[in-house]
Amino acid sequence: QDKYAQGFGLGSVNPDLASERQTASFSVERLTTVLDGGAEHTRVRRAVVEAIERDPVFSRENQYFQTQNERYEAAVRKAVHLQKKMHEMGWREDGPEFIYIYRALAGDVAFLLHRVFMRSISVLGSDEQVAKWIPLATKHQLIGSYAQTELGHGTYLQGLETTAVFDTTTQEFILNTPKISAMKWWPGDMGRSATHTVVFAQLYVHGKCYGVHPFIVQIRSLRDHSLCPGITAGDIGPKMNFEHIDNGYLMLQNVRIPRENMLNKFCEVQPDGTYVRRGSQKINYFTMTTLRVSLLSDEVILPLMKACTIAIRYSAVRRQSKLNPGEEEAKILDYQTQQEKLLPQLAAAYAFHFINNYLHKLFDRGYKEIQERNFSSLPELHASSSGFKAMLSQYCTAGVEICLRACGGHGYSLLSGLPSLYTKILASCIYEGENTILLLQTARFLIKCFAAASAGQPVPQSVTYLAAVKPGKCPAKNKLDFLNPDIYVEAYQHTAIRLLSSTAAKLQDLIQSGVKKHEAWNQCTVQLVQAAKAHCHYITVKNFVETVEKLENKAGIQKIMKHLCDLYALHGIFSNAGLFLHDGYISGAQMDMITASYLDLLGVIRKDAVPLVDAFDFTDKSLNSALGSYDGNVYQRLYEWAQKSPTNQQISPAYEKYLRPLLHNKLSKL
Amino acid sequence: ALVINDPDFQHEDLNFLSRSQRYEQAIRKSSLMVMKLREYGIADPEEIYWFKSFVHRGRPEPLDLHLGMFLPTLLTQATPEQQDRFFMPAWNLEIIGTYAQTEMGHGTHLRGLETTATYDPATQEFILNSPTVTSIKWWPGGLGKTSNHAIVLAQLYTQGQCKGLHAFIVPIRQLGTHEPLPGITVGDIGPKFGYDEMDNGYLKMDNFRIPRENMLMKYAQVEPDGTYVKPLSDKLTYGTMVFIRSLIVGDSARSLSRACTIAIRYSAVRHQSELKPGEPEPQILDYQTQQYKLFPLLATAYAFHFVGAYIKDTYRRISGDINEGDLSELPELHALTAGLKAFTSWTANAGIEECRMACGGHGYSRCSGIPDIYVTFTPSCTYEGENTVMMLQTARFLVKSYNQVAAGQRVSGMVSYLNDLSRQRIQPQHVAARTVSVRINDPVSLVEAYKARAARLVEAAAKNLQAELNHRKSKEDAWNRTSVDLVRASEVHCHYVIVKLFTAKLSEISNAAVRAVMTELCLLYTLYGISKNAGDFMQAGILTDAQITQVNQRVKELLAIIRPNAVALVDSFDFHDTHLGSVLGRYDGNVYENMFEWAKKSPLNKTEVHESFHKHLKPMQAKL
Repeated sequence: QDKYAQGFGLGSVNPDLASERQTASFSVERLTTVLDGGAEHTRVRRAVVEAIERDPVFSRENQYFQTQNERYEAAVRKAVHLQKKMHEMGWREDGPEFIYIYRALAGDVAFLLHRVFMRSISVLGSDEQVAKWIPLATKHQLIGSYAQTELGHGTYLQGLETTAVFDTTTQEFILNTPKISAMKWWPGDMGRSATHTVVFAQLYVHGKCYGVHPFIVQIRSLRDHSLCPGITAGDIGPKMNFEHIDNGYLMLQNVRIPRENMLNKFCEVQPDGTYVRRGSQKINYFTMTTLRVSLLSDEVILPLMKACTIAIRYSAVRRQSKLNPGEEEAKILDYQTQQEKLLPQLAAAYAFHFINNYLHKLFDRGYKEIQERNFSSLPELHASSSGFKAMLSQYCTAGVEICLRACGGHGYSLLSGLPSLYTKILASCIYEGENTILLLQTARFLIKCFAAASAGQPVPQSVTYLAAVKPGKCPAKNKLDFLNPDIYVEAYQHTAIRLLSSTAAKLQDLIQSGVKKHEAWNQCTVQLVQAAKAHCHYITVKNFVETVEKLENKAGIQKIMKHLCDLYALHGIFSNAGLFLHDGYISGAQMDMITASYLDLLGVIRKDAVPLVDAFDFTDKSLNSALGSYDGNVYQRLYEWAQKSPTNQQISPAYEKYLRPLLHNKLSKL
Repeated sequence: ALVINDPDFQHEDLNFLSRSQRYEQAIRKSSLMVMKLREYGIADPEEIYWFKSFVHRGRPEPLDLHLGMFLPTLLTQATPEQQDRFFMPAWNLEIIGTYAQTEMGHGTHLRGLETTATYDPATQEFILNSPTVTSIKWWPGGLGKTSNHAIVLAQLYTQGQCKGLHAFIVPIRQLGTHEPLPGITVGDIGPKFGYDEMDNGYLKMDNFRIPRENMLMKYAQVEPDGTYVKPLSDKLTYGTMVFIRSLIVGDSARSLSRACTIAIRYSAVRHQSELKPGEPEPQILDYQTQQYKLFPLLATAYAFHFVGAYIKDTYRRISGDINEGDLSELPELHALTAGLKAFTSWTANAGIEECRMACGGHGYSRCSGIPDIYVTFTPSCTYEGENTVMMLQTARFLVKSYNQVAAGQRVSGMVSYLNDLSRQRIQPQHVAARTVSVRINDPVSLVEAYKARAARLVEAAAKNLQAELNHRKSKEDAWNRTSVDLVRASEVHCHYVIVKLFTAKLSEISNAAVRAVMTELCLLYTLYGISKNAGDFMQAGILTDAQITQVNQRVKELLAIIRPNAVALVDSFDFHDTHLGSVLGRYDGNVYENMFEWAKKSPLNKTEVHESFHKHLKPMQAKL
């Protein structure tokens, strides 16, 4: 054992981190239960995490050293083992433990698309289809995927080129990817694992196109896994992350499937070719809409929380330069510039946790209505899922990168855990809908609602504020006034309305001056995106304020959450000053007050920074970071982990082959 | 073409290789490169640079530190006797060296380094030690597996006193066997975000002895009895830093240009959705939102290109002065390059990501080439001086200049705008009431607007600092409490410098058509910067609400004006396909066919049925 391990051994907490925990102004455990939604949830979550982390099959210890092939194989092994584990532990898909399982595995497991496959059958399939396919899928007698995106088409679904032509004589659909850009590209689990997939294709009956519909297609043999006739499939090659997932390509050449394989809860092709629709066509996209919301917590918000935990703990341990001559080097967390990087990310992580709760409530309500064939809330659900998915994924991606860069050189080491968090989260800006396009969809909804609200018609609850256009100026007189939520919520509301109304007016002007509607829309898209973001930003701030008001005023929780809420709100104004100054709603002098209040808050929250990340309650194994562990023994761990690198365990073939001749000046023999 | 067509330099697509394989390929190519440089008789540094950049296609390689730091340091800091002993063996690669400065616990703040070199007059040796875990040398390139020597920076102790940081030549591996020497622990620091082909290493020394003559003694010296002789000036070390930071500015321009080339070409090939009902899907480059993402970045790439060239020229000019002993311009250049290094690397870093995201899902595939550009470029925000610290260095210079002006002196160079502030102070009116009549289509007038913004924010930061100083006794504490403002001040100063240099460049372009398109890009860069930072301009009373609305409108008009030239503007960067390394950014635009070809080569596709089917899937299906 290395001599440095003595007296510095793992287990004892680095004094630099221990001291941070002694001064917490609130109860960390209490805040954890608030985040979990109650003590019972905390208990269940910890039990699941412990059971998973104790099991060596699920270990992520060597993850950073593995090749793509090794990662894929490990993910398949884990997915298979998980079935056994669930049985052993008595966990069920509909049980309270379920949502914590994938979180504990950090998504590092295969067959995630298998779940999407099942979900789309549950939502879009008829009762008979559900009865036929779901038991097979549950027992893993088949492995499913979800094939929507094509090489040439992504977010714009109407543009998909795969075709499904109904043949009345054989009662079959004939599927084709007629050209290279029509090839399915990207679907997870499809490159190597899947036996079946839900294929989205343009439906043709008697020469008429009915638009995009979902079909269940078998692609690999259930016996020996070889490709079925007419199928070409494989892995799409290395990506920035997701080495463990076999994202795949799929070509279909005259592949025939029975009529019953079209998912037909809402649309059906009858034996004679008659096309019947039940309900809105938009329902086909509902899987995607719910997916967007369900991914926010695990794929978008948790990575930001993890990155904050790593960066803030490390910043309390790392010392660099001197703040005061004669003293020891200061913790980098004491530098204002470091606080200004990290603490707004921390506040945002909390803000997003609460907005995620809000969205889940909205969706639970909407889902029930849709099951009862009431589709009236679909536009609002669609707009909310699009806008918040875009805003949160964009912000969290940037936030994780800020955390990465705030850790200096060591952040760049894979062993910090930050590069993997970053390369993974940044895919969320694109999958399940590219962010810019999603924001424009939200904007379209807002423009419609704005017109309705202006005409005095009823609008969905989340946008009723659009009817309340009030002129005026911000009434704040000093920097403390900006710690009053009424003041800043009003400022956000004002800005959101201003951006939307000025864009709506411009759109109107263009159309009246003779510009075609679609052309006018394209000319306003930059502003429309801005307006959609401002709307989501406003709702997030407002929801944070309302959440804080409802929190128990015990154990210091409400107070610290109020500080974070203030910081989140003021940071948003500080970083988008132009938007708030624009029509003079906030004056130049008031902006200086905001800046002063904002900078004061950094110093206040600094004291609780480490307890605030401790409250996220990540285990060391789930962080998988040499910089962010609970005990703060950063350097020791970094050194030990580096020893495990394969580059240090095997003699490099490069030495004998190239370096030796080079060093001995025998270059000509190479 | 000498390199691109050479079969010896061909190899499998790096994206499909493991880290060990990539390291091996890089070593193989470096060895060959050295041999061919000798064979062709190439010795000019500029030519070597180009040759190298084609062999490694702009990627890092294990000999970078040997060629870029070890040899130059020997040339500048070694005595003639040391050069005799080390330079030729190093030139012939019998000695491969690296430069070991950064430690696990210490980076940008050099005075905090903990490695010690204690002089023992009895044996005339230095005893080198890494006394703590945090003092282990960590990160130096080529240290992990390749080098057999290192220049080590350590705190020098002689006659019981610490004399600060000095450089020592330390052998670390046995010549012949390449095994670490007794007392040396050395290895690779493990996988990183990028730099797969580089063996960044660690180095721990336990009572490791080297002869007295191994301290680099051209400037400071330790005599046999342990007497320490001080160097003449310590400002000289600035020169190397300025030089390396100026290279990073150029690298920011190049990396962003590459990402723009890929994203813009691909956006011309990709069709999506509909603009006009019933018409075929348009090129995504026709969407305003796509133009708004990419064209300001294109303009930025050009702006940074001119800034990089400016710094290089200025550095060359000033180096001449330095050799003649004139150091007067060095502080400003040092301060300016620190800030510009930070400004350009931050902006390019974010811009590369924006380009990647503008390519949608395919940008995320390694075949796009942008992930690779990003991971290779992003550490430049940290190395050679962490960016925030760099910004604060520039701020220190700005505050110093401001205080000089306040004390009645005049300042020169890029900060001369501060001179105007003192004149305005005579008039009693509030700063915000100052009226600058800005013409938004005139680049020269816009430079004035940026200048006014810089003056306002430098003044605000300096005043806030003064207010903090009046409140508390510790200067350092006051500085820390103002540092967010100070970083902002540096940023706007750099932004001003860039706008100014870009605008000044326009008049030097003789070809009218080129000048016209460059003027459009310059306007876009400048107006986009105003639009994004509208708060600053409004708050300082430089522009009114109505003018900001005009600026926003004008930006969108410029997007449409630049659109027809967009592809030509990236073609002008003249990146060869092999250098670009991107399926999406191919010159011929045959994207989809080639993506399919590329994917077929993926390691997961080596067999039709993956072995994990037999190992895991099949048994599971049998059991359930």
